[in-house]
Amino acid sequence: MMTDAPGHNPTLAALSASDRIGQAMPFILVPLVVVAGFLAIGSSSSWLTLTVAGLAMGMMIFLMASGLTLVFGLMDVINFGHGAFISVGAFVGVSVLIGFGGWTSAPSLGLNLAAVALAILAAIAVTGVLGWGFERVIVRPVYGQHLHQILVTVGGLIVIEQLIQVVWGPHEIFINRPETLQGAITYAGAALEKYRLLAVALGLMVFVAMRLVLRRTKIGLIVRAGVQNGEMVQALGYRLRLVFIGVFVAGSALAGLGGVMWGLYQGVITAGMGEEMMILVFIVVIIGGLGSVEGAFIGALLVGLSQNYIAFLAPKLALISNIGLMAAILMWRPQGMMPVVKAK
Amino acid sequence: MIDTILSGDRPRSMTLAALLLIILVGLALAPFLFPGVRSLETAARICIFIVLVASYDLLLGYTGIVSFAHTMFFGLGAYGVALTSVHMGRGFDALAVGTVAGALAAAVLAFVIGLLSLRVRAIFFAMITLAVASAVAVLVSQLSQITGGEDGLNYLIPRELTPAFRFGEAFGVKLNGRLLAYYLVFGACLLLFLLLLRVVNSPFGRVLEAIRENDFRAEAIGYRVVAYRTLATCLSAAVAAVAGSIFAIWLRYVGPDTTLSFSIMLDILLMVVIGGMGTMYGAVIGATLFVLAQNYLQTLMGSASDATSALPLIPDLLSPDRWMLWLGVLFVLSVYFFPTGIVGRLRGAR
Repeated sequence: MMTDAPGHNPTLAALSASDRIGQAMPFILVPLVVVAGFLAIGSSSSWLTLTVAGLAMGMMIFLMASGLTLVFGLMDVINFGHGAFISVGAFVGVSVLIGFGGWTSAPSLGLNLAAVALAILAAIAVTGVLGWGFERVIVRPVYGQHLHQILVTVGGLIVIEQLIQVVWGPHEIFINRPETLQGAITYAGAALEKYRLLAVALGLMVFVAMRLVLRRTKIGLIVRAGVQNGEMVQALGYRLRLVFIGVFVAGSALAGLGGVMWGLYQGVITAGMGEEMMILVFIVVIIGGLGSVEGAFIGALLVGLSQNYIAFLAPKLALISNIGLMAAILMWRPQGMMPVVKAK
Repeated sequence: MIDTILSGDRPRSMTLAALLLIILVGLALAPFLFPGVRSLETAARICIFIVLVASYDLLLGYTGIVSFAHTMFFGLGAYGVALTSVHMGRGFDALAVGTVAGALAAAVLAFVIGLLSLRVRAIFFAMITLAVASAVAVLVSQLSQITGGEDGLNYLIPRELTPAFRFGEAFGVKLNGRLLAYYLVFGACLLLFLLLLRVVNSPFGRVLEAIRENDFRAEAIGYRVVAYRTLATCLSAAVAAVAGSIFAIWLRYVGPDTTLSFSIMLDILLMVVIGGMGTMYGAVIGATLFVLAQNYLQTLMGSASDATSALPLIPDLLSPDRWMLWLGVLFVLSVYFFPTGIVGRLRGAR
């Protein structure tokens, strides 16, 4: 006869309201910041302009950060050379755009978008191949050793940055946005730059596509399972190494995409731009929780929005707004907002 | 006697001992052996970078933490001396106050960063230090009313340390304040280096090495890993700040490019890895080789680039501006094939 263990009185209580809010907090945070921004700024037209600018910036940072965070989650590899793909993507993309100067200066939206699409494809292709080589040559020999990973990938970053300077010369390259993507449209009294709207649309598309792949496909299932417990996935007969190489290549390509978008956004590209962007990317990855794509998305939007709002409200503070945001979030959640739960 | 001075950490290789002795004698007698302004500048730079790299090695090689904020601490010390010299007027008291204030500020900042990141995972530290260091560099270049911005600060140091202060001639070398300043740099750096050697060979240093090898086990034995890591970070930051103060006293100028830039951080990394992680002597060898190469090899590369100017691409690869490319390659190769650096090789070949 079965009896309960002595003194065993399990209570199954529903989550308290504060626990529920705590769980949902990361998702509420972005709307919260947007509302706070509206209250602080007052003028709805400036608020709309700034919000679009912040979202555009956030989306572009997310493109760069998503690959890094997945690579870390899946294989525990921290890639400080990720910034090199951003720079290479920007240089390849901008070279293509300059090559198709006739298309970009034509006042036709179709031709302009075609040129941008070609630039993006070229950047994705080159950075994807570069990522494959980088994984083979630089990262593979140092699996499982964080210290050596950091050192070697920093070395890889230096080498690739210098090679960019050998190929494209040491000077920055200025680039004009395609004809029809210049300027702004006016909506409800707010000037919304067309290019920013394009960046928001593209970033959202990539995020949705990525989520669909991760949540709805077999390969996504394997990737997510690999993040949680790689050994078990391998024990079930999947070659996680191949999956990892695929993720690494995809992440590098996304960084290249982010690089092109950012280069066009800034209008100027330098070999060191990837290195500079890496700082924002790291902040985003840390506050999102290492390994979490959703966390990186929310983190990127928070960084983009708060930087734009603060630059408008208190320009001096904008210099340290990102660090302040990171410190605040780490004090609230030391592992980042949505840390990946390792089943170990 | 030598054991006491070196804290029982002998070079343990004849070649290494000979190299170290050559470097020590070369630096001690630099003004007399290699007269001239440029070689004196190089010698002082070597002294300062030996300390800076050694303090970084305390973190990277002994504790196994990667930090990208070491130039920030270096810069804090340098700006400390610069600011006190500007506001308190020229004098040794300004130098002393600036040095102490800079070292304290560096230790406190290191403590705060450590508190935010070392608690969770050591890998956070690398990323957070990178972010904080870049923010500080931006702040320093933007707050130009206080820091002089991109132009940096020029200031006066006591007259006894300047070339205008003359007091005779020996062995064909004019004895002036610059010589005194050099020996101040040399003496302070030697002391700091021996202090670091003492630290890593103390029981404290042994615990750090245990944490590097297996932090989980160190914690299980009963050492509070976070406390040790944080203390090592603070100590390393304070020594880096003092090195920065010495640099500021020597240069009589501070600016973001000379003290805070990320490229100096990369230089430090290269010096540690090439010299040998986890050995203080690696810092000596690495810093000496690197600074010498930086000052003299680039000239050689320039002439090689000119000589090959008829060929395609090769002159671009050999141009002196591209010397970081070759260092980067060397860096990656040395992490793979000589993870113990030059010192490790020499000791292994014994």
